[in-house]
Amino acid sequence: MDLPHQGYRANKPRARAAPPTADSILFDDTSSAALNNQGYYTPAYNMAGPSNDMQGGAVPNNVFADPMANAAMMYGSSIANQGKDMVNKEISRFMSVNKLKYFFAVDTRYVLKKLMILMFPYTHQDWEVRYHRDAPLTPRQDVNAPDLYIPTMAFITYILLAGMALGIQKRFSPEVLGLCASTALVWVIIEVLLMLLSLYLLTVHSDLSTFDLIAYSGYKYVGMIFTVLCGLLFGSDGYYVALAWSSCALMFFIVRSLKMKILPSLSSDSIGTGPSAKHQFRLYITVATALFQPIVIYWLTSHLVR
Amino acid sequence: RMLPSREENMAFTLYSLIQAAILCVNAVAVLHEERFLSKIGWGVDQSVGGFGDEPGVKVQLMNLVRSVRTVMRVPLIAVNAVCIVLLLLFG
Repeated sequence: MDLPHQGYRANKPRARAAPPTADSILFDDTSSAALNNQGYYTPAYNMAGPSNDMQGGAVPNNVFADPMANAAMMYGSSIANQGKDMVNKEISRFMSVNKLKYFFAVDTRYVLKKLMILMFPYTHQDWEVRYHRDAPLTPRQDVNAPDLYIPTMAFITYILLAGMALGIQKRFSPEVLGLCASTALVWVIIEVLLMLLSLYLLTVHSDLSTFDLIAYSGYKYVGMIFTVLCGLLFGSDGYYVALAWSSCALMFFIVRSLKMKILPSLSSDSIGTGPSAKHQFRLYITVATALFQPIVIYWLTSHLVR
Repeated sequence: RMLPSREENMAFTLYSLIQAAILCVNAVAVLHEERFLSKIGWGVDQSVGGFGDEPGVKVQLMNLVRSVRTVMRVPLIAVNAVCIVLLLLFG
């Protein structure tokens, strides 16, 4: 019964990505540094060790006696480099990888604090996202910044938990797992699309990018995991208590976080005829988003806890 | 495709989301400009409102419909053809 919880905790040490020399804002390239400083047998980096130093210009070692094999290997490595460049170029046409890297620049302290805020947001005082010369601070430096690490890990943990819960009820089969995963993913996509549509239609000029919305939608998976765990451990009563608790906490969190971004402080163009209606619409969007969360949590978890 | 177990929630697959999206975009694309949209006051020529910075919901919606129709007209032909072929082959 402790397995997914341990799996979730074991995911978090992998977030210690860089040594704390913060020269660049996002990441230091720790590929060679980690290998040199910490040696090969570090438990957290075992999987990253061997494949980490094959960066762009890896020189193939000419140990083959056969010159044809040498030539073939050099040809193959040049083809692989070309392919890698092409793939990078194509991907960066659709989404900027730098922007994505911003959302994964987390560390353990941030993850722990954010999880506590997600479960108990009532004592958190300062909800402003701090900026640094017009660029928002990375999650490593600012607790209020949205990130994509927690939603991704929570999503995967939720799928594993769902599989386990269905296995306990003897309803498990491998395609059910895929079905659960795609259902949850589709709900996130629907919610993000609805939010984008409403933000566009009501001409709300906020700086919420798509990734921000995905991040805020993904935070409900933490609540779902907590709810399902309590439902499995404590039965149906525990499920409803945990559902109520995580719904309230999540609604509070969403309202406080989005209020900063969607409802701007009254600026100079707020005098006039429109502002109260616009303000109302923005309030409606925030509250509707908050109310949508418990519905989805209930919808996606009630069939796991009978 | 029926679900194997009696789940009470709608189990979506990504394919059903794609199907729903294709149907919605098709629905928006068949709204004819002169014959229908102008008749109900949603035409292009009626969307020039005031030049303030607050266009309003209806103008935004009209702009969205018009831009979806303009952008998706040609790709929809291809996507619909692919969808028809797939449905004929695999049911």
